[in-house]
Amino acid sequence: MKSFSLRVNGVTRTVSAEPDTPLLYLLRNDLELNGPKFGCGLAQCGACTVLVDGRPLRSCVAPVSVVAKREITTIEGLGTVEKPHPLQRAFIDEQACQCGFCGNGMVMAAKALLDRNPRPSDGDVKSALNGHLCRCASHNRIVRAVQRAAKALQP
Amino acid sequence: MSASRRAFLKAGGALVIGWALAPRLGLTQTRPAALPGSLNGNRMLDAWLRVDPNGTVTIFTGKIELGQGIGTALSQIAADELDVDLRRIEVVSGDTARTPNEGFTAGSLSVEQSGTALRFACAEARQILVAAAAARLGAPAAELTVRDGTVGAPAGASVTYWELAGAADLKREATATVKPKPASEHAWVGKSVPRRDIPNKFTGGAAYVQDVRLPGMVFGRVVRPPSPGAHLLSVDEKAVRRMPGVVAVVRDGSFLAVAAAREEQAIRAREALKRSARWRETASLPPSGDGLYQHLMSAPAPGQTVTEKTSAIAAAAVKTLDALYTRPYQCHGSIGPSCAVAQWQEGRLTVWTHSQGVFPLRADLAKTFGVEPKSIRCIHAEGAGCYGHNGADDVALDAALLARATGGRPVKLAWMRDDEFMWEPYGSAMVMKLSGGLDAQGNVVAWSHELWSHPHSTRPGSSAGVNLLAARHLATPFPPVPPADVPQPSGGSDRNAIPLYDFPSVKIVKHFIPESPLRTSALRTLGAYANVFALESFVDELAAAAAADPVEFRLRHLKDPRARAVIEAAALRAGWRPQARGDGGSGRGVGFARYKNLACYCAAVADVEVDRATGRVRVARVVAAVDVGQVVNPDGVVNQIEGGVIQSTSWTLKEAVRFDRTRVTTRSWAEYPIVRFTEVPEVEVELLDRPDERSLGVGEGAQGPTAAAIANAIAHATGKRLRALPFTPERVKEALA
Repeated sequence: MKSFSLRVNGVTRTVSAEPDTPLLYLLRNDLELNGPKFGCGLAQCGACTVLVDGRPLRSCVAPVSVVAKREITTIEGLGTVEKPHPLQRAFIDEQACQCGFCGNGMVMAAKALLDRNPRPSDGDVKSALNGHLCRCASHNRIVRAVQRAAKALQP
Repeated sequence: MSASRRAFLKAGGALVIGWALAPRLGLTQTRPAALPGSLNGNRMLDAWLRVDPNGTVTIFTGKIELGQGIGTALSQIAADELDVDLRRIEVVSGDTARTPNEGFTAGSLSVEQSGTALRFACAEARQILVAAAAARLGAPAAELTVRDGTVGAPAGASVTYWELAGAADLKREATATVKPKPASEHAWVGKSVPRRDIPNKFTGGAAYVQDVRLPGMVFGRVVRPPSPGAHLLSVDEKAVRRMPGVVAVVRDGSFLAVAAAREEQAIRAREALKRSARWRETASLPPSGDGLYQHLMSAPAPGQTVTEKTSAIAAAAVKTLDALYTRPYQCHGSIGPSCAVAQWQEGRLTVWTHSQGVFPLRADLAKTFGVEPKSIRCIHAEGAGCYGHNGADDVALDAALLARATGGRPVKLAWMRDDEFMWEPYGSAMVMKLSGGLDAQGNVVAWSHELWSHPHSTRPGSSAGVNLLAARHLATPFPPVPPADVPQPSGGSDRNAIPLYDFPSVKIVKHFIPESPLRTSALRTLGAYANVFALESFVDELAAAAAADPVEFRLRHLKDPRARAVIEAAALRAGWRPQARGDGGSGRGVGFARYKNLACYCAAVADVEVDRATGRVRVARVVAAVDVGQVVNPDGVVNQIEGGVIQSTSWTLKEAVRFDRTRVTTRSWAEYPIVRFTEVPEVEVELLDRPDERSLGVGEGAQGPTAAAIANAIAHATGKRLRALPFTPERVKEALA
């Protein structure tokens, strides 16, 4: 086991793990963050998505050694129930889920999208989220939530 | 005993017949009066609610949250009957130590069963609280009013529920004599109240069983056999026990699992066990492709007549049609693989589980471990959406078996993606053989529907056997329960096989095949998805043969006004043009069902575009009209229908479990594609408002009608009828060639 400094949501934490350990397990188990989810462990579904230096990354296959010292953001870093980020607010207002298990990945991928394209078309949103699977089939609500957030974030 | 009472009891024979019709007489001593909904099996008021001095009301329900919003809907019902603000309601659900036993959360029955119980229990509790207030205030109960738990007298004096919490005795049997409020007096029911479970889910709050963390907890993984017919011959447990972090390796027959201090260590140990394990495999699986359906139809399962209605009019048939429809094995495909946390302490087991039925799960765990049910506590914690019986119960046994070897430390055991795809119980493959006769006027005079299917319900909790996966793999295995079909009127394999149309002559026959080499159980709608797909496709085939418009043809054969209303509403909203022609590439189709012939009514109109070159079908838009009786939460209903339409689109266009004669080869999303954002239809939902009708289950209403609407739209667009699900590009191209 090796020691790694992880900078997550603006706070630096030291964790010990084998270098090839996927980031997801450190976030969930060592840092006790609930946001990123284990869905497939194969980078197929997107439920584990976090932002690394602002880019969406599938934490279930990203070795800790590769992401250590980079800026990691999880959904917990966006906002809280009391002070939600406009994206979180919009997903709640649109009731954009049934089970919500995919929601973490949807919000994080949408965050990356809106950061680089603040006025996306519905097509842009669908393309950006197309690698994310939702089984309850809340897709249309999710697209509406992202557009609602985009509007709220306009200056 | 008075003479009149004696006389009454003497007439006991008559009363036995009468009691169900007059449930409130309360005169039979041997059989208690029937109470509405789940109150009947859980008769004490304090089993359903508690009023606390801190200004809250806690409601207890045996139904559990699956992302369908049941906790919110039930709190709306309770708040209305009690006259308290919704924010005062706390919900405790699915805990064998704390809540009523309401069996499974399944069958779109939660509002009907738990909602009805809470409605009557809360109405009665309000009356008890008001009576206590009347005594306290010295005013007649009839003159008191309640506002958010404050009971006021006309003169101005008041007392709150919270002050009365000690005085009002809810430790009594419900009588269901207090009439719940009419719809016109509802403040919360009928409103799109935001769901209480959602804020946590989008902010990283603890929301799922995966988020349960206990002191000293270790992580578990299971090593499942490579195929359904496999037996474990040998494995190098010793080497794995020496791996970093490994706490325990459990081998019992062909059950193999490992616990480690860290999750990634458990996953590595699982890989090592897989590498060293030697299995004896047998080719136990049926043929795939078209051979599967031949295999089903040749199974030694004699036809059982489900219903038969004959009429001399059938002889007037001048044209008869036959068609064979098929549906493959399909997955629940939860986004999060099944997970449970288990802990043994001094012979007692606690399990945190996303099972749909904590009491039935407890019963099967008790049998497996040879302990009394009371020494096991199952506590529900949400999982990813399940859509029926997935691995939730199985993983609970896996965790409990492994936790026996960790010296009292709790174990969180999660399945890997391939465990879920290979071992969840599938929705059964099915064959539906339809035939029908038209008279000279183009009316249906004869109808028959013959089907072949494996079981649709092999959930735990039966009195015989154990229906948990690992129990089959133990050195001393527990045989699974001999499967039975779910009887009519709701039906299992034959669910929705009986048409709601007024056909004069109808025969429904089922071939129920209990033995299934691939485990099957409840997938959202049981047999209804396939039966409605076949039935409603065939209605269109007959309409075409009669040169009739599909909407007009349906209405012509349908008397039920609520059924007619949803079809008319969907057609109107979709802009249905009677007798419109498909243009070879785009088309429109309709499908209808009343789920189970008992729950909500739903009609769907689908617009599709077929790319003739690639065979790709795009469902552009689906309009659904729904009648669920009284609506508790309109947005909740719309969400269920939207999700049902899109999920059914996915089943219908894409989904089939892959396997060879030995192994399931669907292991990941790569082998089991589902619809993605760029493939989902726009969905519009029209909700028919029936505030004075009983609430009807909605969760499964859209699956069948959507499949049929898509099939009918493709036939409308191309003139080619697709009868084998799913409609993959290969199948479509082949049909168009």
